[in-house]
Amino acid sequence: MLLSVTTASSAAIEDKGPLPATVVSAADLSLTFATNDGPVHALSNVNLSIGKGEFVSFIGPSGCGKTTFLRTIADLEQPTSGTLLINGMTPRQAREKRAYGYVFQAPALYPWRTIEKNVALPLEIMGYSAAEQAERIKRTMDLVNLSGFEKKYPWQLSGGMQQRASIARALAFDADLLLMDEPFGALDEIVRDHLNSELLKLWARTQKTICFVTHSIPEAVYLSTKIVVMSPRPGRVTDVIESTLPAERPLDIRETPEFLAIAARVRDGLRAGHSYEEHA
Amino acid sequence: MNKAFPIIIVLIGLLIVWYAAAIGMNAQWQNDVYRRAGTTDVPMTQFVQDTWNQEKPVLPTMHQVMGELWNTTVLVAPNKPRSLLFHAWVTFSATALGFLMGSVLGIALAVLIVHSEAMNRSLMPWIVASQTIPILALAPLIVVIGFNIFTGTLGIPTDPARLMSKAIISAYLSFFPVAVGMVKGLRSPEAIQLDLMHTYNASPSQTFWKLRWPASVPYLFTSLKVGVAASLVGAIVGELPTGAVAGLGARLLAGSYYSQTVQIWSALFAASILAAILVISVGLVEKLVARQMGARPA
Ligand SMILES: Nc1ncnc2c1ncn2[C@@H]1O[C@H](COP(=O)(O)OP(=O)(O)O)[C@@H](O)[C@H]1O
Ligand SMILES: [Mg+2]
Repeated sequence: MLLSVTTASSAAIEDKGPLPATVVSAADLSLTFATNDGPVHALSNVNLSIGKGEFVSFIGPSGCGKTTFLRTIADLEQPTSGTLLINGMTPRQAREKRAYGYVFQAPALYPWRTIEKNVALPLEIMGYSAAEQAERIKRTMDLVNLSGFEKKYPWQLSGGMQQRASIARALAFDADLLLMDEPFGALDEIVRDHLNSELLKLWARTQKTICFVTHSIPEAVYLSTKIVVMSPRPGRVTDVIESTLPAERPLDIRETPEFLAIAARVRDGLRAGHSYEEHA
Repeated sequence: MNKAFPIIIVLIGLLIVWYAAAIGMNAQWQNDVYRRAGTTDVPMTQFVQDTWNQEKPVLPTMHQVMGELWNTTVLVAPNKPRSLLFHAWVTFSATALGFLMGSVLGIALAVLIVHSEAMNRSLMPWIVASQTIPILALAPLIVVIGFNIFTGTLGIPTDPARLMSKAIISAYLSFFPVAVGMVKGLRSPEAIQLDLMHTYNASPSQTFWKLRWPASVPYLFTSLKVGVAASLVGAIVGELPTGAVAGLGARLLAGSYYSQTVQIWSALFAASILAAILVISVGLVEKLVARQMGARPA
């Protein structure tokens, strides 16, 4: 197995400091939600390191902690134990440095703002000048193929276009890390295929590190340099697969034996996690 | 047409009931009049017409009220105390001032409550309790004490002092719907919209101005419409206990002193027309603002 799991303890990470190329490093990371029905172990001893420029997919059945892991990186949830470092900083410091852009499952556009004003939202908050805002809006709207829709309001756009606008919003400021939680989950297959290849091009152009949550095996294999397979109750990482696919990926790469082999391994990993659940 | 039709039917029904009730309620007085004059054998049509046109009827009819409205608005200069427009203006000024104060107070309270759990727990019970006191019990207190403080201690001339005391009652009635509506509105952003602000490390004031405030606008207008109507009630109630000589409330009171039922009813109509104008105006502003904020046309 090509497990790229960090074995160092949290103390060791703090002592040596992470390698400069490591963007996300989790060591023994656990998060337990206290609920009325008792504790929910959303993350249990997750060890993972994500290098700069990687495209990492998180895949697993509902409730295995994919969203929770992304939210913990984003400092939207607090870990119960273990260590999590973003660019060598705590999630909170990283957030204060605006180290990442987050794309939620729903577009979360503000309905009273036009598309360009939605993209401008983080820029306004982060104090970019008007000229710089205009330049960045133009650049990111081009990047997600939304030029010409600047003055439209969200309700005037299709679901796919709204989600592209929310990606533009996450790209508008200088965060090298992009966290995407099932951004295309609500879209139909054709739009999804299209956005997937767009996303790959965008990743190649911007050199960002991307953490991408998905339910779909083909999507995960097509996009990723690394696939993290997770399983629920407790939420944990069961397999980490380094992709051997070339960087250049036309859509029909999904018919190649290499692609199918990786997909099979992901499917096995998911099934293993599932049988655990049945026996538990 | 389709929308107007049911309204017209109801209106006609109301008019029939009204005119029928006027015959019954004014009949006794009409019989007395005939007896004193020694008239007998009055034909039915004559009797009905007479009950509909008395000078001080128990229940005046629609055309009498409309006639009085016409006589006291169009036929009188608007700066004369005989003019209903003059009285409506007096009431409107107190309503507008009180509405403004009440709205600002309501919004300010909502902002405090939404941003601080301590404020939520300490203010909310008082806000609710304030509305359980009957305004009719409170109005004379506010008007008399307020008026005395304004004219005495603060040395304000009587007219602005009277205006202020009435406006305070208006504000007292209108701040409540605005506060409650705005608490709801400022809390209306979805978790995901707030999370987004968190990922940008936005300050509380940025989150307020760029998210909470715009999200609350529909709630604001809904409560402003309730608030402006409550303000008008407050201003009229504020005119009742003062022995005030101006304002729709004063007209109502004077009318009842002298059994001028037609005057009472025309003041009532003027008050409801004013209420409608106020609520519709707020509604128009709401439409303009909604268009400005890119709302989907309904
Ligand atoms: N805020 C929360 N409070 C309580 N339980 C939660 C909360 N968020 C998530 N969970 C629980 O944690 C588990 C993992 O959830 P999540 O990370 O959303 O899974 P996924 O995104 O993989 O579907 C689930 O059992 C979910 O019910
Ligand atoms: Mg999820």
